Amino acid sequence: MIKIPIRHRFPNHLLDAIINIIFFVFAISCACLFLLILLFLIKETWPILAGNDVVSLPSLFKSDGWYPLEGLFGLNPMILASLAVTLGAIILALPIGVASALFIQFYSSPKVAMFYRVLLNLLTGIPSVVFGLWGLTELVPLIASYQPPGASLLAAILVLSLMITPTIALTSTAALSAVPTEIMLGAQALGLSKKTQLLSVVVPAAKAGIIGGTLLATARALGETMAVMMVAGNVVQNPSGLFEPVRVLTANIALEMAYAMEGHRASLFASGLLLTLIVWLLVYLAQRVQQTSIRGIRS
Amino acid sequence: MTLKTPIYTLGQIELAQPCCDPIPHLQIKNLSVSYGLNTVLENVSLDIHKGCITALIGPSGCGKTSFLSTLNKLSDLSFGAQISGQIIFEGRDLVNGPVNVINLRRRIGMIFQKPNPFPLSIRRNLDLPLKEHGVKNKKLRLQKIERALKDVGLWDEVVDRLDSSALALSGGQQQRLCIARALVLEPEILLMDEPCSALDPISSAVVEEMIVKLREKYTVVIVTHNLAQAKRVANYAAFFWMTERVGKLIEFGKCQQLFEQPGHELTAAYIAGTKG
Amino acid sequence: MSDRIFALVVQACAALVVAIMIWVLADVVIKGLAHISWEFIFTEPQNAGRSGGIAPILVSTLLILLVAIIVALPLGLAVAVWLSEFARQGSHSAQQIGITLDVLAGIPSIVYGLFGNAFFSLYLGLGFSILSGGLTLACMILPVFIRTCQSGLNAVNNDWRRGALALGMSRASATWHILLPAASPAIIAGIILGIGRATAETAALIFTSGYVDRMPESLLDSGRALSVHIYDLSMNITGGDGAAYASALVLISLIILLNTLAQTFFDRWFSKRISTI
Repeated sequence: MIKIPIRHRFPNHLLDAIINIIFFVFAISCACLFLLILLFLIKETWPILAGNDVVSLPSLFKSDGWYPLEGLFGLNPMILASLAVTLGAIILALPIGVASALFIQFYSSPKVAMFYRVLLNLLTGIPSVVFGLWGLTELVPLIASYQPPGASLLAAILVLSLMITPTIALTSTAALSAVPTEIMLGAQALGLSKKTQLLSVVVPAAKAGIIGGTLLATARALGETMAVMMVAGNVVQNPSGLFEPVRVLTANIALEMAYAMEGHRASLFASGLLLTLIVWLLVYLAQRVQQTSIRGIRS
Repeated sequence: MTLKTPIYTLGQIELAQPCCDPIPHLQIKNLSVSYGLNTVLENVSLDIHKGCITALIGPSGCGKTSFLSTLNKLSDLSFGAQISGQIIFEGRDLVNGPVNVINLRRRIGMIFQKPNPFPLSIRRNLDLPLKEHGVKNKKLRLQKIERALKDVGLWDEVVDRLDSSALALSGGQQQRLCIARALVLEPEILLMDEPCSALDPISSAVVEEMIVKLREKYTVVIVTHNLAQAKRVANYAAFFWMTERVGKLIEFGKCQQLFEQPGHELTAAYIAGTKG
Repeated sequence: MSDRIFALVVQACAALVVAIMIWVLADVVIKGLAHISWEFIFTEPQNAGRSGGIAPILVSTLLILLVAIIVALPLGLAVAVWLSEFARQGSHSAQQIGITLDVLAGIPSIVYGLFGNAFFSLYLGLGFSILSGGLTLACMILPVFIRTCQSGLNAVNNDWRRGALALGMSRASATWHILLPAASPAIIAGIILGIGRATAETAALIFTSGYVDRMPESLLDSGRALSVHIYDLSMNITGGDGAAYASALVLISLIILLNTLAQTFFDRWFSKRISTI
């Protein structure tokens, strides 16, 4: 046989080195996107942070109220409203989400579970503006018929919990399915009832995954704009009752950005910066929780 | 039980000069491998002779596979691998010197324990590496593919389905395809990591028969747990053992000698089956 | 609480979610169908959207989406490939980049809107335009897309990776010819996720691509996205509910249609290069 020398036209290892560098630059620039976002939020908030303007940083958190025309930019009512809406949504969505996950894992046939999961996935794909539209035309009149005005903290909580339930349900399902079967068998061997098995053995074993998913859902709830804005009534006031209208931070940005100038605009960007920092914290916590759970399983 | 004997026909691998002048093809000097703080292999020195089959034997976990993958620098992929010592190939040191790994791996082929054909068609499994190494002429590539498939005795079995997926082949066929894929690049050295351990006995026998034929033309380094196999195919054998969780080379020599007059009590015990 | 009651509660929760889901979807379909027609899809809006159609809005939506996908898809794929194939295992910078991507994925869309307004519209001078809207959306969908592709690549059989490199293939061609096609289900899932989020997005677009509901003439024109249109009709226009529901029905159908198209197109494209049966 004639041996034909195999020759490289273009040195492939060089190709690899070049692609490595180019893709690395892409990766770094994606990470720098975060810095860029922070940078521009800070740049726009600068008049407040530097404190040389009418608006100062502490005044954002004083309870003078939000009267942009008079130069009063107290964010407190909005911050409280955001927290109330998020907390309410989590309180509602967490049990329903975990119950849904238990349903998928332990109380349904594979076919039904499959169908239910597809449904949950579909639910995560529905645009938030559609949820808002539904809340505005169906839910708000319903609440108003009980106690006007209808557009209220309660409406926001209900719509938001509907939006984050699928997220909690899907992450909890993943966490439950990762629980080793031996734990389940051990509980069965002790003769515990199915309810006790699940609530005091299986769910605690999947705790880290469920908490991680819930933290991410919290981030999403806090950041949700459209659906909440469309049903919450948007009156700037401290949340005092379930049937009172409120305005959340995100809605405040969306409602006033169009005509905000100078200090007004800066205070809107400040609330954006605040949201970003909170989300950063939540993601960090979620990762910590999940890492400790991985270590726990390994040890 | 009667076996239908000629199930496979292996092609005529072209004969080179009769085997085994002790000319070193690879010289390994004081090679140590560690992953992070874990030393898996310490101070291994041996010569791999040209045109011979060298078998690496020993219990699992004693660093044979790590040793093998340093020879084509595939150990670079492993997380935190540190290698010290020397591997001399054509007067150049593979460990410390600058090496074009792509060319190196073309010349030093590797067969894995589990057959790993790509999820492509049978033809493309062989075509892709050839194209990758710059064989532009399509007719030439086809010739080389046919030749490699004939060499491993796969041609007649797959000639009518070259364009169907390689994953549809049986385990033995997949492994022979992987060997053909390595041979099509005309390497000089073949590294084999327990190539028969995942196969059924009949396929295993065929692959073994093929390895013996490779001896004429290629330098082969084979890791095996099967002592009988090592005895049947190898010219040289290296015995690895683990002391205090660190792999070490205990004995290296002519295969027959190592099996019949082992120079170390550990070797003798391992061969007799009382240890490991 | 006995076992049976607990089982009933769990099943009731599941049933509740299904019931509300059906309520939302049925609401959109029934009220949407009452107002929708071919004319609605192919004519310009009149009377602030109360009558007429949504033709220019559909065009703007698709253009914004196109910009976002064209930017995010290749860039995201490249980053995912770097993170899983080129970065050294356990590399510090790869880890940091991954964590940053997770934070980026959690940032609220309204904040992306603020950033897009400050950076693309004002700083880069793109104004309220389809281009700044699309670029903002690209930033928004990038992190999730990268993470999905990366986990797909990580899940690819490592034997193929080792096999390809042992044959002296470059990492680049091992990735292109073998690993990416093998990871195609995850990549397609990432694309679908990205398209879904970009099409559904409202808050990030209000201050970047704007409100204008005329037919856009170039990428530098302002264009109103379908979701912004729904918001505007339901909140600011009295008597716009019918059109809002019809637009919502179009929006959901559009998402389903784009998902199906993406699935078949990329399935074909990848299966040309890989055969498993």
